[in-house]
Amino acid sequence: MSGHVAPKSMYIGIWLALVAGTILTYLVALVDLGAMNNVVMLAIACTKATLVVLFFMHLRWSTRLTWVVAASGFFWLLILFGLTMQDYLTRGWVPGTWR
Amino acid sequence: MSEAQYQPPPVAIHPAPAPEHAHHPWLQHHFDNMAQQAEASTLGMWVFLCTEILFFGGLFMAYIVYRHASPEGWQEASSQLNRFWGTTNTLVLICSSLTMALAVRAAQTSQSARTQVGWLLGTMVFGVGFLGIKAIEYYDKFVDHHVPGPYFHWDGLYPKPAEQFYSLYFAMTGLHALHMIVGLGIMTVITVMAWRKTFDAEYYTPVEVAGLYWHFVDIVWIFLFPLLYLVGGHFKGA
Repeated sequence: MSGHVAPKSMYIGIWLALVAGTILTYLVALVDLGAMNNVVMLAIACTKATLVVLFFMHLRWSTRLTWVVAASGFFWLLILFGLTMQDYLTRGWVPGTWR
Repeated sequence: MSEAQYQPPPVAIHPAPAPEHAHHPWLQHHFDNMAQQAEASTLGMWVFLCTEILFFGGLFMAYIVYRHASPEGWQEASSQLNRFWGTTNTLVLICSSLTMALAVRAAQTSQSARTQVGWLLGTMVFGVGFLGIKAIEYYDKFVDHHVPGPYFHWDGLYPKPAEQFYSLYFAMTGLHALHMIVGLGIMTVITVMAWRKTFDAEYYTPVEVAGLYWHFVDIVWIFLFPLLYLVGGHFKGA
């Protein structure tokens, strides 16, 4: 049976990147950057998730059909978020008034 | 006449079955070969993971809606979570993903059952460690009356958003912890199979597929960690 065997050093490298991302996102959260806090935090989380999917989950060496299925999961998630928020955001509710 | 009789050419409609010993013992009869079987299993797991994305997605959706309704309330609520344990648990889970990936690699490269079991047990130890830390955190939340319900108590400006935040905190981390417990069950089965010398370069699909599940649960936490623990990281108080 065929299957790409990645070197051990690659897995260690990805692990180091994930650890670095975790520590970085923790340190950035302690600084008040306003709206940028969310952007940085989600950018780091998305990068970490992409590393896990591509290398730990072997998507990089998978068939195109697997790529399409994996991408469709995130595509449907964006439909869920997008269509729900286009409703909530157009109701004239003022954010931050609920306490 | 009998010699001149027409003989149809020996064209096989189906390829002749290979002799019995040519089949890998784990190859199901409805697959052509091991590679096709492995690909079908992997693809099936990804389809399942798509349903899981949307399963958790509903909770993330609720998170977006309620956080949008009270951004400051969520900062205040989040600031009361233990960021030390949250960060530690993230690192523990990342380590478990590394050992899982190495367990798959050990099976892929036909390493000894002892090596495969070692990596799998390492993964389970990290998984149990994660749940242990989670239990400490839950205990602290019960002591502090930060569990939603009649005994919820909040010393702050935003008691209602805080209660909503902790409802989602327990729902999301609870569902995630449930997935970890299921994952530990799966890992137990895979470890026993590995110990019985089931896996080698020819056949390691169960380890690979269990790994996909384990990494997915890790990814969910990669998003839960900043969204729950770090939102209140720079909260100064009212």
